[in-house]
Amino acid sequence: MTVAQTATLPEAPTGATAAPPVRRRRGGSPGGRRERPNWLAGVLATIWLVIVAVPLYYLVAASFRTRQDYLSTSPLKPPTDPTIDNYVTVFEGGFLTYLINNVIVTVATVAIVVAVTVPAAYAVARNAGPLVQRFFSIMLIGLAIPAQATIIPVYLLITQLRLYDTLLAIILPTAAFALPVALLVMTNSLRDIPKELYEAQTLDGAGPFGVLRNLVLPLAKPAITTISVFTALNAWNGFLFPLVLTQSESTRVLTLGLWDFQGQFGTNVPGLLAAVTLSVVPIFVLYLVGRRYLLSGLTAGFGK
Amino acid sequence: MSSRGSSTQTGQQRPSAWYAAPAVLFFGLFAVVPMLLVVYLSFTDWDGFGFPQPSGAGNWSRLAGDGEARDALVLTLVFMVLSWLVQTPVALLIGVWAAGRQRNRAILSSLFFLPLLLSTAAIALLWRSVLDPNFGVTQSLPLLGEFNFLGDTSIVIYTVIFVITWQYVPFHTLLYQAAARTIPASLYEAATIDGAGRYKQFFQITLPLLRYTIITSTVLMLVGSFTTFDTVLILTGGGPGTATRIAPLYMYITGFSGFEFGYASAVAVLLLALGAGLSLVVTKATGFRDMNSQQEGA
Repeated sequence: MTVAQTATLPEAPTGATAAPPVRRRRGGSPGGRRERPNWLAGVLATIWLVIVAVPLYYLVAASFRTRQDYLSTSPLKPPTDPTIDNYVTVFEGGFLTYLINNVIVTVATVAIVVAVTVPAAYAVARNAGPLVQRFFSIMLIGLAIPAQATIIPVYLLITQLRLYDTLLAIILPTAAFALPVALLVMTNSLRDIPKELYEAQTLDGAGPFGVLRNLVLPLAKPAITTISVFTALNAWNGFLFPLVLTQSESTRVLTLGLWDFQGQFGTNVPGLLAAVTLSVVPIFVLYLVGRRYLLSGLTAGFGK
Repeated sequence: MSSRGSSTQTGQQRPSAWYAAPAVLFFGLFAVVPMLLVVYLSFTDWDGFGFPQPSGAGNWSRLAGDGEARDALVLTLVFMVLSWLVQTPVALLIGVWAAGRQRNRAILSSLFFLPLLLSTAAIALLWRSVLDPNFGVTQSLPLLGEFNFLGDTSIVIYTVIFVITWQYVPFHTLLYQAAARTIPASLYEAATIDGAGRYKQFFQITLPLLRYTIITSTVLMLVGSFTTFDTVLILTGGGPGTATRIAPLYMYITGFSGFEFGYASAVAVLLLALGAGLSLVVTKATGFRDMNSQQEGA
């Protein structure tokens, strides 16, 4: 039995892609396990499971409660009289505007980051000149810059550019702060392309732009996916830039909208929790259809 | 080969530095310029409306004697160390466990990762209501109902650490899970044949082989908790009183609530310097960079 395990193992996750857990289950027979049950780990995992699951259960359950039910029943019991009123209230409270703003911010940020990163990474990977390499080192230092510490000058900059309280005010800095990780991931991926492929392209007479289009772009697709997901999550969940750089309802994004609901709804906690639940749905769908990509984006640059 | 003859210079085989120009411009304008600007702003008075007025080293001498700032920094330090102490064992154990191949683990570990899907705002608001002293979940439980997790100044910092742990453990679990998967089973088989028990195997095989991941995770945790901001802002607003007013929050409140942007910039510069210093020390001390290049070569 133990020998059979060897064959399954060397399944090293490669690149920035965190391997999805346990795809292969050998034979499905419990006898195939090499270990006796690990009670300590099992108990710890169960405790953690409770800690993770209970709040999430509470979140979804409470979002379907009437306010009366919320105030009078134990929060862990299922809703006595399930209702979707809270969701209706949330949509009436401007949720759709916030959602659309969030989508715009996310799509635009990803578009900028990809458009700027791919050629830059191509230059870093294929141009050994000191200028480009120095730029790369500076960008890597950018990995350590906390966005929080630069928020005041970013605010000054955005107001001077007359962009305050526009969606662009969120998009531009969010994209800039996603650049270092994106460039790192992209450059590593382009460096993995064998030299021979570049040389073959050159022999065929392709200029740098042709190489970018015919060779780099197709081969960089997984890395582009990773940085897109990484950037999209950052933009989707961003809080600080929207908080400081926008103020009116028409430019409010989802995260700020949630915070605003908190004040606006006051004691209507089920309403707030319905908004919170709704805000998770898009990412949850992404998780269901593209778990692999989502996890690779989450651990971009570090999930080796 | 349809792209042949695209308008670029055909004589040159490699991309010119211009390919990096948009990225340089962008990063320069929104990351490098602000970094320089914040240093300048720390020598000015600015209420956020007109133009910053130079004020010499006033902000800095004020910062040197500011007890609140010192308290915020000490609190940040405590917060960083405790967060690391709590998160590391939890993430390590669950990650190693989730890397196993037993039944049910796939389902269970996908549950473990669910907090990753929630934004910071969602997590903080969720926990605010879970811990609500009147209608929250904890209130309805026997032992936990005794505590006012968000209102009691002596425990609220631990509450924040707990919520941060809930938020970030899944990410670090992912790192450990991926790394633990790469450990060859043959090592464990050999150890089993030699009669080594499970705990011996954990401490002599798993832990040493995960050391680079422990370093990566530690760097990310320390830098992350040093700059944590939004979770705490939404969860407690830095309160009650100043019980959870960590340094980034102190900076934010000084600037955007107190409209003392010049002074807040001085705090920000201090944060930048300490943050960069922290990254530098941790990476130097642990060989984080070497590890990265090793992996690139692999």
